[in-house]
Parts: sequence; structure tokens; C-alpha cells
Amino acid sequence: MATITPALETHGHEHEHAHGHHEQTFIQKYVFSTDHKVIGIQFLITTLLMLMVGGALALAVRWQLAFPWENMPIVGKLFGVFQGEGGQISPEFYTMLFTMHASVMIFLVIIPVLAGAFGNFLIPLQIGADDMAFPVLNMLSYWFMWPAIFCFGYSFIAGGATAGPANGWTSYPVLSDIASASPSSGEAQTWWLFGLTLVGVSSMMGSVNYMTTIINMRAPGMTLFRMPLTIWSMFITAILQAFALPVLTAAGFMLVFDRLHTLIPTSIHSVFFVPAGLVVNNAAPTVGGGQPLLWQHLFWFYSHPAVYIMLLPAMGMVSDMLACMCRKPVFGYKPMVYSMAAIAGLGFIVWGHHMFTSGMNPALGMTFMTSTMMIALPSAIKVFNWIGTIWDGDIQFNAVFLNCAAFVALFIVGGLSGIFMAAVPVDIYFHDTYFIVAHFHYVLFGATLFGVFAGVQFWFPKMFGRQMHDGVQKVHFVLTFIGMNGTFFPMHLLGIAGMPRRYADPYLHGYLEHLLPMNQFMTISAIIMGFAQFLLLGNFFYSMFYGKKVGRNPWGANGLEWSAPSPPGHGNFDVPPVCYRGPYEYSGPESEALGQDFILQTTAPPAGVKVASAHH
Amino acid sequence: MKKFWALFFWFWPLVALYVCLIAPGNNWWFPSKPLSTMGHQIDGLFYLILIIVTVTFVGTEFALGYALWMGATKEPGRRAWFSHGSHKLEVVWTIVPAFVLVFISLTQLDVLADIRVLARFPESVKEAPVAEVMARQFEWRIRYPKPGTELMTSPQPGDLYFVNEVHVPATVPTMINLRTQDVQHAFFVPRLRVKQDAVPGLIIPVWFEIEEAGEYELLCAELCGWGHYKMKARIIADSPEGVSAYLTRLEREQNEDGVQEAETASVK
Ligand code: HEM
Ligand SMILES: [Cu+2]
Ligand SMILES: [Cu+2]
Repeated sequence: MATITPALETHGHEHEHAHGHHEQTFIQKYVFSTDHKVIGIQFLITTLLMLMVGGALALAVRWQLAFPWENMPIVGKLFGVFQGEGGQISPEFYTMLFTMHASVMIFLVIIPVLAGAFGNFLIPLQIGADDMAFPVLNMLSYWFMWPAIFCFGYSFIAGGATAGPANGWTSYPVLSDIASASPSSGEAQTWWLFGLTLVGVSSMMGSVNYMTTIINMRAPGMTLFRMPLTIWSMFITAILQAFALPVLTAAGFMLVFDRLHTLIPTSIHSVFFVPAGLVVNNAAPTVGGGQPLLWQHLFWFYSHPAVYIMLLPAMGMVSDMLACMCRKPVFGYKPMVYSMAAIAGLGFIVWGHHMFTSGMNPALGMTFMTSTMMIALPSAIKVFNWIGTIWDGDIQFNAVFLNCAAFVALFIVGGLSGIFMAAVPVDIYFHDTYFIVAHFHYVLFGATLFGVFAGVQFWFPKMFGRQMHDGVQKVHFVLTFIGMNGTFFPMHLLGIAGMPRRYADPYLHGYLEHLLPMNQFMTISAIIMGFAQFLLLGNFFYSMFYGKKVGRNPWGANGLEWSAPSPPGHGNFDVPPVCYRGPYEYSGPESEALGQDFILQTTAPPAGVKVASAHH
Repeated sequence: MKKFWALFFWFWPLVALYVCLIAPGNNWWFPSKPLSTMGHQIDGLFYLILIIVTVTFVGTEFALGYALWMGATKEPGRRAWFSHGSHKLEVVWTIVPAFVLVFISLTQLDVLADIRVLARFPESVKEAPVAEVMARQFEWRIRYPKPGTELMTSPQPGDLYFVNEVHVPATVPTMINLRTQDVQHAFFVPRLRVKQDAVPGLIIPVWFEIEEAGEYELLCAELCGWGHYKMKARIIADSPEGVSAYLTRLEREQNEDGVQEAETASVK
């Protein structure tokens, strides 16, 4: 069991579990494992499967937008059995579909794939530790995902077939608060909130662990400014989580207290978010003195930092991968670190940009506009530095690189559309239209997911000792890239055309009727993109068993993880790593002296090379 | 093949640009020109940002594509450029965008204040909402004061009611009071570029000046339940005389068929 000893000592003692001498049962080794690598892979496989679930929900949403009220092919029958009304999507069901699509994608895919899968797998390996600081806590953080998945899953059926949770992933009260407000606001909403809270518990356990591990367990020589940007991003993300999440958890409990009587009639019945005198669906007027806007403030106080939790780790990983694939140091390492820190800091004071039309004080609107504009600045700096990293590199045009380049290219779009929405008067028009939907898909799909695609392939050899097939990944890349742009780029135009989001049938409104063909085009693109993901899954599972076997450092990369065996045994390193330099010294004088274009962080400085270390 | 990928990353932004260029001609653009005074200002700001953003988009995507092109055409054996960055460049690409972003923010402030700050509402509307628009699942209920009286916060005996149709005067500033009877909704009139959430427990004044008489679609823009998409209503802008005539007619109808009592009772 790893302990929090200063980094130097951690590697002094023999690790008794190392090299698999110790017999472990299958369950200990692969199920309730405390090994960060196994936990990381568990997170990865779980989130990839959840990605398919979320994707299926999205395709159903897209079906309704392209062919409103027509029977869904194939799965329609299945849903029909559920709802008892043929293969048609009812408006209740549609509302549930987009709510659960977002909930699954955000809470069960993006957040856990970055922090849970890559964070777990990479942090100890990249800083040269034998495991996380708290391995049991780490195991629990994975196993708390399952009750969360159960709660989200159960919420589909808790209130009856047509009453799944359907108040949006933002779940604004009063709609989500008063049971009579909608069929979905009964039991389903309460179970949804339980799921949300459990995801939070899981994230919090992870983030405590990451912070402790990164601070305490770095290998000798691994100073803060020799850490790969992946580690910086995971560290900053963990801090964001730790400070923002309690607010969401508190808000979640307040909403649960408002609603608990829907599950247990005699229990607590608060009214944090319900003002007096509302007549909801002809029920008796509400009593109380709550404030619905309070939820929005608390929710976005978490969820804006959360959008960066959903991006920063991918930014870090892409920086690492771009350096390796361009055989070049990251351009502006320190500016990259500082801009991530700036994003994290500013991320706490911009939440109001989700509330420009909410009726909050206009003076606040001005403040939030300015802070939001400012947060675009570190994002811009990062983009320039990525381009600088690629500039005049010896580019390896494999799928890892292509996905990383797509990350940059698509993040630009998402960042730039953010500027329209940061401008309050313009956002007054765009708020809650498809323009917003375009924006966040460019950052979350375009940036984060493409970063994940690259990351999966890049670290696959370290996970399984084998390589994924690059050709298949390239086909996957092209289909996903084209499908992604075909699906989401037109959403900007729909937003400009004034099409509101979350509408089961926009064409009811005359001024939107002519947008149907465009929506059909988008749905076809989405279907192509959705099916392309089977290539990824197929390649992933096939390569796990039949991929080409590779050694420790197939990419010729510099990080500590590449000095460990592939896959590393329990305890990670056969030779205790010592770190001699930063992670990005590709193509420099030291590597040249060795006759190669990389030099591992653990390689002792070759004799006779003068290192100009003043470059930062 | 390497060159193909560089071209690929050059090509798609061009497609994106082309789609945007042909969008207005294909009616994939604003539903119409702005038809309120504020709408003109909002669209002006939109186009200002659009220009800045387009230039940035073209510049950065081109640079990215060019960086790929350099990699694709590198003669084999030549090493990558060993550089850890440039302090000078970092300063430039921090300061320039910072100025642009601050500039964009400053251009927004006045318009924002005009739209939302009560003290800057036109004098003529400040104290005189023409109607109360009460959202509920899934319709809009409009309450006008009895002709010749002022709108009160709570319903008055002579008030006039109608559903899903708001009659307001064109070419003069107009204010309505926005409320909701149950959950959140949002008052969204695309052609006027007006949007405001209706928040339980609050009465929110919304003002606009419609430039042309006509019909404008009114929709809900805040998720309010399964029927969110069907909160379809219209704003009918007419000359001030036309609106008075409408209200007189409404008053007569309401008093004749006894709708008044029923309606008032249910709104309470
Ligand atoms: C360049 C910096 C960015 C700016 C200026 C910006 C600005 C905004 C603004 C103003 C909104 C609210 C729009 C509205 O609802 O009316 C918004 C929404 C959103 N943004 Fe960003 N954003 C930026 C980057 C990002 C990033 C990096 C992510 C995620 C990785 C992200 C994810 C989201 C999401 C998920 C929403 C929509 C939430 C919802 O309503 O469901 N944004 N953004
Ligand atoms: Cu935000
Ligand atoms: Cu609505």
C-alpha cells in the first residue's frame, strides 16, 4: 500500500507487490483492484460504453428533429413497448431523451473519462509514483460510479414509463422542484439528483487523491516545472473540482430536501427554491419564500468550472501528444501552465454568463460579461502555443496527431462562438437557441472528445502492451470529423435563425419550417458519426488481444511513463525513476548526442552536452 | 498522404466559411431584419463580433493548416525546430487579444444598459406597462387594464383577458410586465430580438419599440415541461388607435358573454 512519504523515500524501499510475485485473486486483480492502472482502465471501458449509451440517446433526439413524430426505425418498437404508443417519440419522451443524453455525456462520460480514466492511469506513471496516495479511496471512486449509473438508470423507470427525468441537465426549479409541475418531476427527478450526488462523491474522492499524489509522490528530480502539462492540467482540474463541487452538492441536497416528500410523504419538505403563491397545474398555491434563481447561481457556480473540468485535462494531454508527434518541445510551457491556472481562477467568476436573460441585476450582467471575455484570453494563448508547437515540427501524421490537430481546429470554433455569447446583448438573442448547442458541442465534442480519441490511442500501448491499428483510427477520425462538423456546424445557423433548443417540434412555428431539410442533413451526419464509433470500440477491443505487441516506448516519447514496462506491473517501475529534465526535450542537443530525437526524462545527461536550461 | 492531411485542415474551414456566406441567401440566417430599435443595435453588435471572429477564425485556421503543411513538406532527415517558445510572441499574443476583447466588452455596455437598466428605460414607458403577460404551462395569458385605467399588479375587476395574442402599439416604446404563474418560461420574440425569462415570484418589466405594424411570433425559450415547444403565440403591433379599438372590442365581448368572471377567477 502506498503511503504519503516524501517522493525520495517512496522509492527507497522495496515494493513487495511489485512484479506480480504476490498471488492475487481474479477479483482483487481486475474487479476490486486498488491498482491505479486497473482503475483507470475500468473507468475508460465504462465511459466508452456510456459514450455509446449517450450517443444512442442523441440519435433518438436527432431522429425526432429530422423526422418529427415519425416512427423510429428498429429501436422505435422497443421504446414503443416502454411507452405503449408505437414507435413514435412523445414530447414527454423527447424531453427525457435530451435530458438524459446530456446527463450521461457530462456526468458518466466526459468528466469520468478525463479525470477518472486518464487521471488515474497517468498521474502515478507520469510523476514516477508506484500508485496513488490513497489506493482504496481510488477504488471507491470507481465503484461509486455504479450506484450513480444505477440511480440515473432507475430514474428512467422510477416514475413510470413516460415520466423519466426530463427537466434538462440543468434541472432548473421550479419545474424540477414541484412534483405537479411535470410527470418527470416526480420520483424520477429525485433519483436523478441522487445519481448526480453520487457522481460528485466519486469525483471528490478522485480529486483529493490526485492533489495529494501530485504534491507528495513525485519522483526525485520531478520538480513542479518538470511536470508534463497533463499532470498540471489534472492538478488544476482537481483543485477546481474540490472547490466547486461542494456548492453543487449543497444545492443538490437543498433540491432533494425540497422534493423528498415525493418519495417519502412524511419526510422533510423545504422550499428553498419555491416562492409563495404559484399555481402549478391547478394544484393548491404554493407556500414558502424560496428563490428559483438561487439554484441557477449555485448550479452554475459549479457547472461553469465544471465545463473546464471537462476540458483542461484534454488540453494537457493534447499538449503532451502534440509535442511527441511533432518531435518538438511544447511552445511556451510556462505560459501554458499559467493560462490553465488563469482559466481555473477566472472560471470561478464567470458563472453568471449562463444567466444573462434570467432576470438577475443588469449590473451583474456587465461584470460577468467582462470576466467572461477575459477567460477567452488564456484560451487564445493556448491555441497560439499549440500552433507554435506544431510549427516547423517533424510531424508524424498518425491518427494521434490528426485527432490532436482536430482538437485545436475545433476548439477555435468553440472558443470563438463563446465570444458572441459572452456579449450580453447578442446573447439575449442567442440564449437557449441552437447557437448555444453548437458552442458547447464544439468544445466538448470537438475539443475534449477528439483529445480523448487521441489519448486512447497514444497511451494504449502503455495500458495493454499492444498498439491500436492506426489505419482504422484514421478512418474513424475522418468519419467522425466530417460527421461532427456536418452535425454541429449548421447548429450555428439554426441558432442565428432563432431556433430554440429543447423543442420537441420546432416546425410548429412557421418561421422555422424551412429548416427541416437542414436538420435532416444534420441527422444523417450524426448517424454516420455515431456508427463510426464502432470502429473505435472494435479497434480498442480487438487490439487489446490481437494488436501489434510493442515495447516500453513505441512513440519515442519522453515522459516517465515510457520508461516503465508496457504494461507496467503492480508498483509500476522496475527501475525507480529519477527525473533529469523537463518532459519536452525532443530534438534537442541532448537527444542528438544520443543519436535520436527524444530523450527520456529518466535518461541521465549524456556526457559532454552543455544543456542550456535557461530557456524557460 | 501527408500533404492530403494538411490540405484537409485547410479545406474544412473554407467549407465552413462558404456555408456561412451562402447562408443568408438560403434563408439560413436571421428570421428577418430586426424589427425593433434595440434589434438594430443587437444586430450591429453581432456583425461587429462576426467580423472580428471571422478574421480570427481564418487567421488561426490558416496558420494551423500552414504548420501542418510545413510538416508535410519537410525534407526527410531535417530535424524539428528546437524551440521552447518566444517571450516576445507570448507578449504580443496576450496583449493584442486582450485589447480586442476589452474593446468588444466596452461596445456592449450601452446597449445592455438601454435594454435592461430600469433607470434608462424611455420615460414614456417607465410607469406605464400596457399589459401583463403571464406565462403558464403551456400558454400565455395576457391581461390588459380596463381602457382608461392603469395596469395594477393584482387583477382588477375591469381587466381584459386574452390568450396567446398580445396587442401592442407599434412605433412607440412599449412596456409589458412579464410574470409566470407556475414554472420558469422565457418571453422570446425572434424578429424583435427580445428575450427575457419569466421567473416565479418576480414581475419583470420588458420594453421594446416595434418599428412596423405587423405580426410577430412569440415563443417560450426556457424549458418549462414537455409542452415547452408548443407555447406558440403572437404579438400584434398596430397603430395606437388600432390597439385602443381592439381593447374596446375586447371589453365589449368580454362584458357581453360573461367571460370576465370566469377568467378572473381562474387567474387568481
Ligand atoms: C472561450 C471561452 C468561452 C466563452 C467566452 C464561453 C462563453 C459561454 C457563454 C456566455 C455561455 C452561455 C450562453 C447562454 O446560455 O446563453 C456558454 C455556455 C456553455 N459553454 Fe462556454 N464559453 C467558453 C468556453 C467553453 C468551454 C471550453 C466549454 C467546455 C469545455 C464550454 C462549455 C459550455 C457549455 C456546456 C455551455 C452550455 C450550458 C447549457 O446551457 O446547457 N464553454 N459559454
Ligand atoms: Cu460557462
Ligand atoms: Cu417553455
